[in-house]
Amino acid sequence: MATAAGRLRRSWDKYWYAWAMVIPVTLVLGALVVIPLVRGIYLSFTDANERNVAATIGQLRLPDSFQVIGLRNYTDVLFGPSSKFWSVLARTGIWTFACTFLHYTLGLGLAVLLNRPLRGRAIYRVLLILPWAVPTFISAFAWKLILARDNGILNYALGGVGVGPLDWLGTDALALVSVIAVNVWVGVPFMMVAILGGLQSIPSELYEAAEVDGASSWQRFWHVTLPGLRTVSAAVILLGTIWSFNMFPIIFLMTGGGPGDATQILVTYAFVSAFEGVRDYALAATYGVLIVSILVVFSTFYRRALRASGEVW
Amino acid sequence: MGTRRRGERPLAMSVLLHAALVAASAVAIFPILWVLAISLRPGFAGSSEVRLFEASSLANYGYVLSETKLLVWLWNSVRVAFFTTVIGIFLSATAGYALSRFRFPGHRPLMWTFLITQMFPAAILLVPLYNILNGLGLIDTHTSLVFACATVAVPFCTWMLKGYFDAIPIEIDEAGRVDGLTPIGTFWRLIFPLARPGLAVTAFYTFLQAWGEVCYATAFITSDDKKTLALGLQTFVTQHKQEWGYLAAASILVTLPAGIVFFVAQKHLVAGLTAGGTKG
Repeated sequence: MATAAGRLRRSWDKYWYAWAMVIPVTLVLGALVVIPLVRGIYLSFTDANERNVAATIGQLRLPDSFQVIGLRNYTDVLFGPSSKFWSVLARTGIWTFACTFLHYTLGLGLAVLLNRPLRGRAIYRVLLILPWAVPTFISAFAWKLILARDNGILNYALGGVGVGPLDWLGTDALALVSVIAVNVWVGVPFMMVAILGGLQSIPSELYEAAEVDGASSWQRFWHVTLPGLRTVSAAVILLGTIWSFNMFPIIFLMTGGGPGDATQILVTYAFVSAFEGVRDYALAATYGVLIVSILVVFSTFYRRALRASGEVW
Repeated sequence: MGTRRRGERPLAMSVLLHAALVAASAVAIFPILWVLAISLRPGFAGSSEVRLFEASSLANYGYVLSETKLLVWLWNSVRVAFFTTVIGIFLSATAGYALSRFRFPGHRPLMWTFLITQMFPAAILLVPLYNILNGLGLIDTHTSLVFACATVAVPFCTWMLKGYFDAIPIEIDEAGRVDGLTPIGTFWRLIFPLARPGLAVTAFYTFLQAWGEVCYATAFITSDDKKTLALGLQTFVTQHKQEWGYLAAASILVTLPAGIVFFVAQKHLVAGLTAGGTKG
């Protein structure tokens, strides 16, 4: 006992200032994140909705009247007859994979092109970064304008070559392709700039050595460039995956998840479930818990895989 | 896919390279140019009507500035983003420093918590935050949006600032300690001023995040006078009316200032983000 207390005492003497410096953030995160999170998890075990949650109507204060119903929300969401969870999850998977894959490959391709000595490099770089400077909700509006069925420029141009008009945001498969394309447009500049930074940190001696050894340009890309980008790639792919998985404004503002549920991903679906019609708080909370669980599991495995292959992170 | 070749490049390769970059640049800037073109065209109704630089006027700009609530929404967005940024930076600067310099018990779980928190989609916190803020009578106020945005901003700033502090040589801290400064004194007197560029970039990034927030704003804000830009602009194009010209003009007005600052800061933006991501 004495040694435990002593160890605590010594630890406190040594680290009190470090703890003092992190306490404000910890308290704020506790208040703004942990408490709502705990309440969210609690709500997911209840039948809370707009009608039975505490409310004030004029002078009248209505108390909470919802009940704990155990795992029923989860069984309903996962296995219920009208459940859309699995189809929305599958679509979220397609969306996240397609977006992250295209973000990374296009970003990598453009970064490699831009990393070569060439005329007008600075101009290309500025033009290619431009989409990043546009607030996301503006990008969504801009693309909505371009893709509009009746007066959009894309259909006008396609009409010129005898195609269409296509209902870009109103047909199931086309709508999904459209929102993915827009999200790719939004996200490629970040990837490109991040990878460009990574490319510039690869020592040129490695390329010279590879060339002396007679490596083809493809072999140099495969054996020098890609391994040299490992750390940057690991970080941006994780970030990109999480960003795409949680990308709310593009889908919400462009299609609202429609037509039907054709472009609904988990975050937009959870939002629609909670805030359209009678607000079903319990259902939204259940979706929220499931979303976070998926992301935490994904990140844990991702980090473990990186560690196993010798990454310090 | 590009490959690296030293010295001279065959002409055909050069042509291909430039063709690829020109095509990519065109895709990157076309939507922005198109919005600009529509914004200069009063009474836009269809694509066939737009001829660049012909019969263009600033009528749409005049209208959105004088006849709509654009300036009110702009001011609302500025307020929400400003307070979120201030809260984010000031709370997380000390924490970022402690995480960068000291290996104290609780260091790793805290880093992991910050990373996880950044992953939370609005969906998980939306409902409980709504209930709690509703209980406090804060729904339909900007305070509620600042709180909601801070859930992302605080961990994000901490993570990013840690990356910047990591880049400042530890010898500076040691020199401060030799001169008799406490750890907290070292931070405020020496490191904080040195990290100013990093603080500026983090602040800007946080500002933009809060500026573009859609989900919480849609759920929390109901009255027209309290809308932020992301909400207000939606009212130009609804099922009943489609005022693309006004939307376009408003979009250009909103993008311009952010875009300019963005270009000044963009190099540092990525450095900070990826440093935070890789050196965790």
